Amino acid sequence: MAGRMELLSEQGLRLDGRRPHELRHIKCKLGVFEQPDGSAYMEQGNTKVLAAVYGPHQAKSKKAEGNDLVINCQYSQATFSTAERKNRPRGDRKSLEFKMYLQQALSAAIKSELYPRSQIDVYVEVLQADGANYAVSLNAATLALIDAGICLNEFVVACTASLSKSNIPLTDISHIEEVSGGPKLTIAALPTAEKIAFMEMSERFHIDHLETVIETAMAGCREIRDILERAVKEHLIHMGSAADWARVG
Amino acid sequence: MQTLREFTRKTKRGNILKIVREHYLRDDIGCGSDLCQYCMQNEAYQLTSQYEIKSTLFKFPHYIVLDTNVVLDQIDVLEEDVLHNIIVLTTVLNEVKHKCSSIYKRLNELIHDRTRNFYVFVNEHHQDTYADREPDETANDRNDRAIRLAAKWYDTHLQASQESKAFQRTARAVTRVVLLTDDAGNRAKAEAEGILVANAAEYVKSLEDFPLLVDKLSQKSFESEKQALPQYPAHLSMKELLDGLRQKKFLQGNFQASRENYLEGSVNVEQYEQGILIQGRESLNRAVDGDIVAVELLPESEWSAPSEIVLEETNVYADDVPSEERVEDEQDMLQQVQAAPAAERTPTGRIVGIVRRKWRQYCGILQPSLIEDTTRHIFVPADRKIPRIRIETRQADKLQNQRIIVTIDSWPRNSRYPHGHFVRSLGPLGNMATENEVILLEHDVPHCKFSEEVLSFLPKLPWTITPEDYAKRVDLRDLHICSVDPPGCTDIDDALHCRELPNGNLEVGVHIADVTHFIRPGNALDKEAAARGTTVYLVGKRIDMVPELLSSNLCSLVGGVERFAFSCIWEMDKEANVLKKRFHKSVIKSKRAMTYEEAQVLIDDASETSEIAKSLRQLNRLAKILKRRRMDNGALVLASPEIRFQVDSETHEPLDVEAKQMRDTNSMVEEFMLLANITVAQHIAAEFTECAVLRRHPKPPPTNFDPLVKAARYQGFEVETETGLQLAHSLDKCVKADNHYFNTMIRILTTRCMMQAVYFISGSLQKEEYFHYGLAAPIYTHFTSPIRRYSDIMVHRLLAASIGADSTYAQLLERKANEELCNNLNYRHKMAQYAARASVALNTHLFFRGKQEDEEGYVLFVRKNALQVLIPKYGLEGTLYLKSDKDGKDGLERTKSELIFTFNEEDHTQRCGNVVFHSFDPVTVRLSLDSSNVQHEKLVFKLVKPYIKGFSVESDNTAVEATAANSQPPAKKTKKDKKKK
Repeated sequence: MAGRMELLSEQGLRLDGRRPHELRHIKCKLGVFEQPDGSAYMEQGNTKVLAAVYGPHQAKSKKAEGNDLVINCQYSQATFSTAERKNRPRGDRKSLEFKMYLQQALSAAIKSELYPRSQIDVYVEVLQADGANYAVSLNAATLALIDAGICLNEFVVACTASLSKSNIPLTDISHIEEVSGGPKLTIAALPTAEKIAFMEMSERFHIDHLETVIETAMAGCREIRDILERAVKEHLIHMGSAADWARVG
Repeated sequence: MQTLREFTRKTKRGNILKIVREHYLRDDIGCGSDLCQYCMQNEAYQLTSQYEIKSTLFKFPHYIVLDTNVVLDQIDVLEEDVLHNIIVLTTVLNEVKHKCSSIYKRLNELIHDRTRNFYVFVNEHHQDTYADREPDETANDRNDRAIRLAAKWYDTHLQASQESKAFQRTARAVTRVVLLTDDAGNRAKAEAEGILVANAAEYVKSLEDFPLLVDKLSQKSFESEKQALPQYPAHLSMKELLDGLRQKKFLQGNFQASRENYLEGSVNVEQYEQGILIQGRESLNRAVDGDIVAVELLPESEWSAPSEIVLEETNVYADDVPSEERVEDEQDMLQQVQAAPAAERTPTGRIVGIVRRKWRQYCGILQPSLIEDTTRHIFVPADRKIPRIRIETRQADKLQNQRIIVTIDSWPRNSRYPHGHFVRSLGPLGNMATENEVILLEHDVPHCKFSEEVLSFLPKLPWTITPEDYAKRVDLRDLHICSVDPPGCTDIDDALHCRELPNGNLEVGVHIADVTHFIRPGNALDKEAAARGTTVYLVGKRIDMVPELLSSNLCSLVGGVERFAFSCIWEMDKEANVLKKRFHKSVIKSKRAMTYEEAQVLIDDASETSEIAKSLRQLNRLAKILKRRRMDNGALVLASPEIRFQVDSETHEPLDVEAKQMRDTNSMVEEFMLLANITVAQHIAAEFTECAVLRRHPKPPPTNFDPLVKAARYQGFEVETETGLQLAHSLDKCVKADNHYFNTMIRILTTRCMMQAVYFISGSLQKEEYFHYGLAAPIYTHFTSPIRRYSDIMVHRLLAASIGADSTYAQLLERKANEELCNNLNYRHKMAQYAARASVALNTHLFFRGKQEDEEGYVLFVRKNALQVLIPKYGLEGTLYLKSDKDGKDGLERTKSELIFTFNEEDHTQRCGNVVFHSFDPVTVRLSLDSSNVQHEKLVFKLVKPYIKGFSVESDNTAVEATAANSQPPAKKTKKDKKKK
């Protein structure tokens, strides 16, 4: 029978063996590069992303309008990041779209009133793509901003969610689940404030299910936030141990 | 609770692509056994010590792990309620899913049956049982290894649990795990690894309490035959087939066996409109009806023509010696065919391999065996397109006079017939219930009782209408609404009314039973109805789509009772032009439920001045206008011989036959239903451009009309088939003064040229393709019979959502899901029609049992060795063989007379002496039932008029009983009469 594949087996496991609410395995590291002001590496399952932040520095005269902070983003995906070689790492429609989404979500988190007439550059490079590329990129960007010491209102984290045929919501969907034809909802949120900074959806499902899927994605965001927070603390302990910061944790 | 170990799995696919996927291994997957003391169990124990299977092979309690090949081959054994405590590994489940979806479905049903204790163990994601594919290991080998690994793990895991002191105190025997596999290689390796292992046959034979289970074992080969000579060419390997298909050396298509000639069939291939002809046993090469096969086209010089011969296989013995008669048969036919003129030749091919078998279960009977005390038997399927099947059974005596189900297991080269095994018995032959069961099974009609779960969604009785219900609906209880249906109808789903409005216009209402009020989307009741798709009507029996409480009571718009309805109401002028229309849910109270006849009487009786009579007359007048308008648009009037049986209420045997009558009132109700359907179709298609459920009837391709045009041309009529309108007009002109049935016959032929009307989703096609050819309507749907058709329920829900009368829900707007539903409905609908026809045929046979009648009939087709005769009185079509058959396969031995029928290809006539048969000629035939073949009882047609000496039977009606005394009776007749006595 043509059509969507079943994303959830009757034994309650997803295609890769996760249960519906489980995130993929997350690894992250702050301060991976020396040159930029802040950098981070993030792995969510097989999706692997590098992020680097420059700034805040003085805004280029062209872009600065009034007193506002300029957040300049670049999303690029390595040519070796997918199963078939990608031709263009950046500048295609998808990358430009993601770039704008990144700007939108980050501007909700950065305390822009502290940085008038300044510019922050965020560069994101997807090394390996295996689903939820945007979400992982944003999470990496957040870590890089923190590493750069830029003031944030709160962690801004993104998570995806989908809906199985039996109408059970699934958290953090992988590439195979994306292409199997289920709907995909991406949410970037400020989890503590319970604010949604950005939301995008592909395919569609009935409005009756929207609430549960949003809740699932939000729960995913909260879980990721906790993981990132732990990583930041560990990083600080590690970095600051020389200066007797060990008690921070 | 979860170990996250990352794994990569590389698969290659198509153009060699490396795919890397995560694969999580877990520690929270339970083993499902009530003995276990370690696992976290996710659900109730499936493997319990409640059941113990007694096996002489393993004399201790055990669980069974199945290998994939055992599931694929022995599903019938598994379905029997004998084996319990079975572990199904996900490796096996996935392999079965890829190899055979029907068996996968059956396996899933077993898994869901809680009483059978099938436990699905997710070995692929369990940290201890995951097998990573090793370099140079084939996928198959890896799977086998994974299965062994899981079996081994289970065994040690359970033994560890049973080592505890607490368990030993209970003094119970230790439960072990047994692997069942039919793969010798896997078995040897398992033995080496210390796993308890057996093959399916051994194991089943070792079961002490169920000796008959052996019958259900799949038979791959019979031992004695191993040395027998191959009778068929070998099939090519799958790789060779795929290569050949890719290089266009072979063609792939769906094989369809001929119903009439067992040595002929055709393969439907895209490039060839008529399909590729396959003739002769070797060319057919073991293809069974429905299989997807690869054909090799023969060179044009070897092409052949369809034989037009009716040939049935006879004299089949389980010993399987190709008898000379059969060879003769075959050669005879082939010679004849090769002599066919070049113009008639069609692409011919031979089957080189089977891409996919479409074997299913077949109903039929055992052929009485000539040898006593043998376990080998020949099974004769009811469906003539299916070859005979050899089975082994120990209960032949018991099964001799029963209808049984058999499935095919294999068809080796050296066996004339496929091998199969007995599945189950349906009941004694000739029993009405058994025969109905056969019809339902053969047509895949779901007919088991409604489950408790389904019934739980029915409204509780006593059911009353609450004030809220009134508030939500328009109150039409005061209107003079009535329903008109066939006699004895209990599922009344439509009612009508018509009244004059103050402004002089007419208000016409069609009120349809509001089934969707009771059947809520997504619950078990709804799912069951969707799966059934339609109510199936057999003679004297109805298989409901929804439980009877709804179909005959709460939804049925019976007279004098308040019922919920979905109303479609028009305001029309006196010329039946629709001025306004509206839809709403309502409460109605039908004033009277009438039959067509009662309504007709009411209309005709001028003294009747009741409201109902007046409104019926108005409706009737409007209907006539509507009908004329429709005809002017090019709607077709088609005919099919339909009959109705009067059935004995106790024995369920047919008492009398009558042709269905068409009255004005039939057409009146029909017109308004059409109008309602069209109105609703327009509305929902406009509201839901992507997901409205509609019905279309495609225009048949011009070649479909060829037989009709030819047949009419012999009679001097030109049938134009360019457009529906032209066709309708030229059909009207086909009238012969001396043959009043001629027009009807032409229409019957036209019906056979038509395509099937189908349901579809509006988003899946272009607007121009919505057209309904037969009704000449640009758009059409089914709205008026929600009690008996699921499509109407879908339409009701869409309409209700669009007017805000009901809430929407997720599935309503999902195009893919609705498309799947539509496909199922089309399939069920088709099958229901076939089942109904089969039931009529069955009852016709019962009706003629022990009777002989002379009837007027007409020649419908002239064939090479037969006339196709239609008897209008019984709506019956049969074959009148002209050439005597040396095998006497119709049970009658005919002397080889000098009578020669000459077939004229030019104008399709048969000539014998000075008698000539044309198509449409009236004939008189004698009908009797030939019961010599218990399975295919058939009606024998014998010519009475025109009289041909030595061929026709005596036309003297009164002499029927006295023929024995006749001085020169033809040989066949004496025999027949003897049989009767």
